[in-house]
Amino acid sequence: MKRTMDTLFETSRPGRVGYALPELDVPAVDCGEELKGFCRSEAPRLPELAEVDVVRHFTGLSKMNYSVDEGFYPLGSCTMKYNPKVNEVAARMPGFSRIHPLQPEGTVQGALKLMYDLSAMLAEITGMDAVTLQPAAGAHGEQTGLMMIKAYHESRGDHKRTKVIVPDSAHGTNPASAAVTGFDTVEVASDAEGMVDLDALKALMDDSVAALMLTNPNTLGVFERNILALTETIHAAGGLVYYDGANANAIMGKARPGDMGFDVLHLNLHKTFSTPHGGGGPGAGAVGVKNVLVPFLPTPVIGLADGAYRLEHADMHPQSIGRVRSFFGNFGVLVRAYTYIRTLGAEGLQEVSETAVLNANYLAKKLEHIYPLAHKGYCMHEFVLNGGALKHETGVSSLDVAKALIDAGYHPPTVYFPLIVPEALMVEPTETESQETLDRFAAAMEEIIAKAKAEGAEPFHDMPLTTPVSRPDETTAARNPILRWQFGDGE
Amino acid sequence: MNRYIPVTDEDRRRMLGVVGAASVDDLFSGIPVQVRQKKASDLPKALSEPEMLRDLRGLSGKNLNADNAPCFLGAGVYDHFIPSAVDSIVSRGEFTTSYTPYQPEVAQGTLQAIFQYQTMVCELTGMEISNASMYDGASAAAEAAVLAASSTKKRTVLCGRNVHPQTRQTVRTYCWSRKLDYAEIPAEDGRIDRAALGKALEGGDAAALIVQSPNFFGGLENLQELGDAVHEAKGLFIVSSDLLALGTLEAPGKLGADIVVGDGQTAGNPMNFGGPAFGFIAVNKPLMRKMPGRICGQTTDGQGRRTFVLTLQAREQHIRREKATSNICSNQNLCIVAASVYLSLMGPRGLRDIGDQILAKSAYAVEQLEKTGKFRRAFPGVPSFRETALLCDEAPAELNKRLLGAGIVGGFDLSGDYPELKNGWLLAVTESRTKEEIDRMVAVAGGDAR
Repeated sequence: MKRTMDTLFETSRPGRVGYALPELDVPAVDCGEELKGFCRSEAPRLPELAEVDVVRHFTGLSKMNYSVDEGFYPLGSCTMKYNPKVNEVAARMPGFSRIHPLQPEGTVQGALKLMYDLSAMLAEITGMDAVTLQPAAGAHGEQTGLMMIKAYHESRGDHKRTKVIVPDSAHGTNPASAAVTGFDTVEVASDAEGMVDLDALKALMDDSVAALMLTNPNTLGVFERNILALTETIHAAGGLVYYDGANANAIMGKARPGDMGFDVLHLNLHKTFSTPHGGGGPGAGAVGVKNVLVPFLPTPVIGLADGAYRLEHADMHPQSIGRVRSFFGNFGVLVRAYTYIRTLGAEGLQEVSETAVLNANYLAKKLEHIYPLAHKGYCMHEFVLNGGALKHETGVSSLDVAKALIDAGYHPPTVYFPLIVPEALMVEPTETESQETLDRFAAAMEEIIAKAKAEGAEPFHDMPLTTPVSRPDETTAARNPILRWQFGDGE
Repeated sequence: MNRYIPVTDEDRRRMLGVVGAASVDDLFSGIPVQVRQKKASDLPKALSEPEMLRDLRGLSGKNLNADNAPCFLGAGVYDHFIPSAVDSIVSRGEFTTSYTPYQPEVAQGTLQAIFQYQTMVCELTGMEISNASMYDGASAAAEAAVLAASSTKKRTVLCGRNVHPQTRQTVRTYCWSRKLDYAEIPAEDGRIDRAALGKALEGGDAAALIVQSPNFFGGLENLQELGDAVHEAKGLFIVSSDLLALGTLEAPGKLGADIVVGDGQTAGNPMNFGGPAFGFIAVNKPLMRKMPGRICGQTTDGQGRRTFVLTLQAREQHIRREKATSNICSNQNLCIVAASVYLSLMGPRGLRDIGDQILAKSAYAVEQLEKTGKFRRAFPGVPSFRETALLCDEAPAELNKRLLGAGIVGGFDLSGDYPELKNGWLLAVTESRTKEEIDRMVAVAGGDAR
């Protein structure tokens, strides 16, 4: 039975230990003498526990999480596909996990080759000319891509370009990344299908446009009909076009951003390329560029010369934006993505996208009689349900539906995003789900809607009922923040 | 048909029938003809699991790993021992394959783990508030600099030249992109040059000073003194450190730090060729609502039960969009779960024991090297932790080559980043190094076992 648990700090008992060190085999030194007063004056109040206590505590915590290994997780825009187990074995091989990033290049040729090959494969999949693996996450990739755009314009002595255009349907990270790289964000409207309004875009064109950031398929799960006209419009005005690869799971083997006119993109390896989300990270945000931006890639760049892989630094890449983090990126995540791509090959990746799109269309079809869809025709790998009518008729919000789904044994879809659809529920089934799973989920949704129509909002307010806790009081959490364990007297 | 997709051809036909499409290709008809991919991607052919493992063993086998070669290399990443229970816990699918805890009722495990992690970081740093972690120590320092600039409304970031070179490079990149000025304070005898700092602080333009302790040379800075100087000039004091070291060293929060950042790799995370591990950032209450990244808080549910949630989200990108404190929207969650398990196993006593072993083994290694007559401390009299800057009689590149020939990964060659330290060599000695390994390293380094 799932239930709430005491914290580590309540469980702690003085004197318990969960470690054993070898006996010291060199002469001991006195900390006070060796460090001359730099020693800690007070011990940190870390828990004191035996190994069994620690293992039971964290095993207990893990049981309070819903995960892909447990069941269906149709969280739109997050691509919660199955995470293959061989990837985990790969990342833990001592030849990958027990190597130091500053070892001589000759002693890490296998690791450098893996990164070199992964970059090349990602470039081929997306139609770009080069790929850096340094960014640690999607948002970090966006920031890196925008920095390169900034450096490109600056290198041309073009300092007027301060505007980054972002559709109103975009992920929140897009405008935030533009702001943190020193750009002003300008919003462009999208139509009812989430397509960028081409005329509105044209009206924004002038010599202050640095870039357009675009998610394609867009956040309604629809491919931009005018994609070439959009990228041409920006290029004609002297700007560059950024591809947010959040939705790349829809298009592998079907279309390549490099062929659509994009100059730079990021890929979330933790979405499309199956590396686990880890409850919020670590991920990896590989960034691909066209030749115009290659000189600006972050250093070190992994190169191949005379049959040896090497790290190329600023001396060889004088226009580089520099570093965006330490070392080479989240290497352990890269090993997993490499393993995934090598396991599937080109045909397998195409099957991934085809099945992701088939599953999304199938589930959309199964739900359309109970929920208005935000798109017309076919969707790509995900779709958005409009919960506005249900809310109006029954008082049941999309959040209520989400909580009811938890009681039905599912992770809910993404709620209230994109912002352009009222009471949005964004559903992304991914390719790793069977028809039976989709059927059962659709049936659960039908039951929930039937209940809403029959009984109204009242019974929903206490949901979920099957979890260790029910809905948290978020207002108090924000107004009166308790952000760490409060030790009582005498502890 | 691949093993990760549970949809058969028969299923496909049935599903297409329901959708009302003639073929899967029909579903992609929304992609304009001009941009449809004409031929399959040119990738190596797919591998079965046994073939895949053979390929991976081939690649990983080409790398010299610390199981086979004792590692005296540090410079930001360290070979500390990790108890078996750590990986056992972080291998659990419930931690590995869950998403960001946006639905708190089905993510209390992750949320409580974050809350406990935040508490441990506060305890170790001596600060009031920690977030749920950052990408790494370098980007955490860069975000701290940006936070300081926004909080003080000043535009110059000062950074010690004895801060990790990669941290400095990252801070510099972020400053350039945020249109902040960046300047470095030289080191004198390995530590921040007080006179140069005083000069840089004149005029009061500095938003912040970033120092690292233990610094890149392993040396310990007089934090209180440096903090006082920065505060007098109305700037913020950013201290970079690492979690394991803080089990032994005084908490920066007690020495005037306004923001404490650093790497957490040392607490329960493998070296992983430099990532993933995590960065931490901790502040005091006045900066709470400007802190970047996720923060977990405690509240109650409708029945009064203790409940954890992500909170203070008004700072974050999905609410604030272009006005957000930062664009970060993830944390290195699995890595902080690893750190929490590690710190729970170690407890205060374990960290202190490890610290004592590091001090003893470092002292022994340095003393033995000095006895060869070919090494001397670059900064005698400056106390250090885990790493010591030495000056050698020969070029470190040559020295490291000889060590490698003997199956030993030598220290970091300082001459690239610090040309003024001719033949400078940074030796890291963790608790994992045995006396036998140290003796063998000294024998080769001293030239007795050429």
